[in-house]
Amino acid sequence: MIQVIIIVLGIIMLLAAILAIYSRNLIAAVISAGVISLFASIIYLLLAAPDVAMTEAAIGSGLTTIIFLFAIKKIKEDKEDSDG
Amino acid sequence: MVKRFFVFLVLIIFIYQLLPLITNFKPNTELKHIANEYVESGPQKVGASNLVTSVVVTYRGLDTLGEIAVLFIATTGVGFVLKNKKEKKKTLRPASEILQTGTNFLLPLIFLFGIYVFVHGHLTPGGGFQGGVIITSGIVLLMLSNISFKLNHMVLNIVESLSGLSYVIMGILGLVLAAGFLDNGFISLGKFGTLFSAGAIPIIYSIIGFKVGSELTGIVEKMRK
Repeated sequence: MIQVIIIVLGIIMLLAAILAIYSRNLIAAVISAGVISLFASIIYLLLAAPDVAMTEAAIGSGLTTIIFLFAIKKIKEDKEDSDG
Repeated sequence: MVKRFFVFLVLIIFIYQLLPLITNFKPNTELKHIANEYVESGPQKVGASNLVTSVVVTYRGLDTLGEIAVLFIATTGVGFVLKNKKEKKKTLRPASEILQTGTNFLLPLIFLFGIYVFVHGHLTPGGGFQGGVIITSGIVLLMLSNISFKLNHMVLNIVESLSGLSYVIMGILGLVLAAGFLDNGFISLGKFGTLFSAGAIPIIYSIIGFKVGSELTGIVEKMRK
């Protein structure tokens, strides 16, 4: 049973990774990169590594996503500055 | 065409190299030498019921100090690369009522949970890094809900420097009073499995929590501006 869950989560992670690479929408790409970390943390939890799971969930899917979103916002502002 | 051919060639080489990892995989039935040593002598010598913590903070404490240093350098690098431009007045839309009310309700709980995670690092999963990141995520929520929120950089720098300094001081205390650098034995180990146990580990992990929290908050604050 647990193996089936892990395989399904792995397939979702692969799909999210492909979406993160090929998506033209940067926000969607960043969010799907966060989804990869979120499902990776669930897999760590299922494999009895709760310490790693907490780190992955907090840093990988939480903080990194936020920092990427801030960076995208900053790049957009810089573009507007140089255009105008 | 040639480029694509090389891509597939590299992929096939990768598969050929990595396939034995799957086909010859046998799960370990017993622990190898050093892991066995940690598991057997860890609870008596270190006294932390979370074995991962006793490895991260005591046996491999120097590595954790190195990670903290790496994080510090990353913060400095972000501050160096993102130089402050002239302050232009931005007209940002204030956050919605739902987000503001939700933040007011959730923020104390998030801070409390972060502090719980790093204070109980030697008993339950988690520790200084995780607790620090949870506190940072609370501050991010505060930044999102309150656009005029300004961090006091002085307090942030003082917390960061003090916690880094006291981490090294704890290490040196371990070197002088106990077996070696970052040894936790100079405070009595206490009763196994209670909050005041495992010697200096709760103190060291709280210091790491403050350090990580202040450093990551610094990064987010620099990115936000």
